[in-house]
Amino acid sequence: MAESIYRALRDGALEGELAPALTIKDSVASPFALQVFSHVISQLFSSILAGKSQSRGLVVVSFSRSPSFYLDLLKNKGTDVASSNKQIQILDCYSDPLGWKDQLAGSRNFTALSNEAMVSSNAIVFREVKHMDKLYNSIIELGKGLVGGGKIRFSIAIDSADEMLRHAPVSSVARLLSNLRSHDQISSIFWLLHSDLHEARVTAVLEYLSSIVASLEPSHQLANGQRGDLENFSLIKHNSKKGKFHVRFKKRNGRVRVMSEEVHIEQSGINFASLPSEGAINQGLVPKVQFSLQLSEKERIDKANVVLPFEHQGNGKPIQIYDGRRSLVDSKHERPVSAVENVQTNENCGSGEIIYYRDSDDEMPDSDEDPDDDLDI
Amino acid sequence: MNQRSSNLLDEALGLDQVIEPWPLRGRVVAIEDQVETSGSFVLHHLLKRSLSPNSSNVTIFIAFSQPFSHYDRILRKLGCNLVSQRDNSRFFFFDMLKLQCPDGDEGITPEGGLIALYGKIHKTISALPEISWKNVSIIIDDLSLMEVAANGSSDYVLDFLHYCRTLTSEFDCSLITLNHEDIYSSEDRPTFFIQMEYLADILIKAEPLATGLATDVHGQLTVSNKGRNKVSNFHFKVKENVVECFYPGRS
Repeated sequence: MAESIYRALRDGALEGELAPALTIKDSVASPFALQVFSHVISQLFSSILAGKSQSRGLVVVSFSRSPSFYLDLLKNKGTDVASSNKQIQILDCYSDPLGWKDQLAGSRNFTALSNEAMVSSNAIVFREVKHMDKLYNSIIELGKGLVGGGKIRFSIAIDSADEMLRHAPVSSVARLLSNLRSHDQISSIFWLLHSDLHEARVTAVLEYLSSIVASLEPSHQLANGQRGDLENFSLIKHNSKKGKFHVRFKKRNGRVRVMSEEVHIEQSGINFASLPSEGAINQGLVPKVQFSLQLSEKERIDKANVVLPFEHQGNGKPIQIYDGRRSLVDSKHERPVSAVENVQTNENCGSGEIIYYRDSDDEMPDSDEDPDDDLDI
Repeated sequence: MNQRSSNLLDEALGLDQVIEPWPLRGRVVAIEDQVETSGSFVLHHLLKRSLSPNSSNVTIFIAFSQPFSHYDRILRKLGCNLVSQRDNSRFFFFDMLKLQCPDGDEGITPEGGLIALYGKIHKTISALPEISWKNVSIIIDDLSLMEVAANGSSDYVLDFLHYCRTLTSEFDCSLITLNHEDIYSSEDRPTFFIQMEYLADILIKAEPLATGLATDVHGQLTVSNKGRNKVSNFHFKVKENVVECFYPGRS
């Protein structure tokens, strides 16, 4: 499933459609969005390097991690970052987002020592995060610097939308994102969101702007209000290692598909595993007994085909209700039936029937005689 | 006994094996406490560890809540002399008790408030020899009072914390903060508080016991170490000159 996210981003935008957009959101109980984000970045970047994706370059807008974090991440995945500055550019909104360093440098002897020099070929410092228009221009400029003009497309990764929302109103952030999505040189775009930092309405706005929403939830919900509970502690411990991963795809025609997986957080990175399905759990719960408690597939189909008495009423055929007395009376007009009475015979052999064996001839068929007639009350 | 028990906290923080190089370098540590259970002892413990004679750590202490003499007295009990450490340039104390940021957006200028404070921290670190950069700890006591000094603007404090965090990636130093959990408890969405939890690489929660106050156990600590993907929980008892940590049921 993580695969299908990555495929959607890799395949990019169709001509005349908005670029696919992905929101990766989490909450404090299961804060692994960054790991998923890093996973997506490295997968997408390796397909960009291999030339398998629609986009030819990646622009990372980094708010919450330093550019070297991403460069190290890609380096650890075995890409030669130094020579790949034609494929990746980082807009560094982390080092000096509000220009404080700049201001301090202007007012006194403030020596801005940083690793800027080291990563300068891949990163550009952006100092005015409150201005979404300037941010938009810088992103597009960086992307065009990577792929040139024309029809060649590039991808954008934004970590994180939270910082943008802190510095600018929702409306301008939404405008920025939708402008980026509709730009004809963008292949795909994805961003990270900590949903519990915002009102539900803000999260909804960003989800409307995206075609895929990947959300992380804790595998065990904590009972709120209980504090200092050892039981809670063991849940926290569980939640620190794995979580539920839901992905919602929205198709162009409005069809929505939801898929779920489980993520495991390990020292080395993040792993996706399919959820243990409900059926598997049920099967495990059935005790082991000599006889079969469950139906085979064929038995289930046969059972479903049986037309129950009364079920055929009203479909044009004469209504036949098995009533012991009448069938005895009528039996001479019908086929001679002795011990076996066919309540209902269907021409159509695909469907089932109910076969009734009368135990013996002296058993009287049901009648409306009062069975308690002989009781002396 | 004391030697062993105190190590539970160190163990959870990764301070038990090597102290040089400083295991918390490049990390953000957030301590959260409550009215009934003060978490400041964790701060004192970390201060003591970072000023231990076996290491060459430098600590920058930004105090909004107590004067220097308070910390000096406590640390002396723990066996650490802050005055001499200050003279050795291993302990820098920024007294921010009277800090009052100018009001409004126009007040956010490099001359005053938190920007100037950031500049001061940056200057202090860059004045140190390059070799000790990664051994610097910045300790803030505490964030709620910093918010008060910033006229209640939590955004301004978050901006400041972001810049402090850039120091941790720039110089590989560590940032340790203390905050109070229950002052945000009435809010629907305690954004500032949650934001801090996201920022933290190591989260230390000091809570009272679920069963209430006790004489033998003062509370419990939950340490979530995101980097090492480990969560630990234990009880503690704060004594005059040492903190005892032990697993539940083993006081």
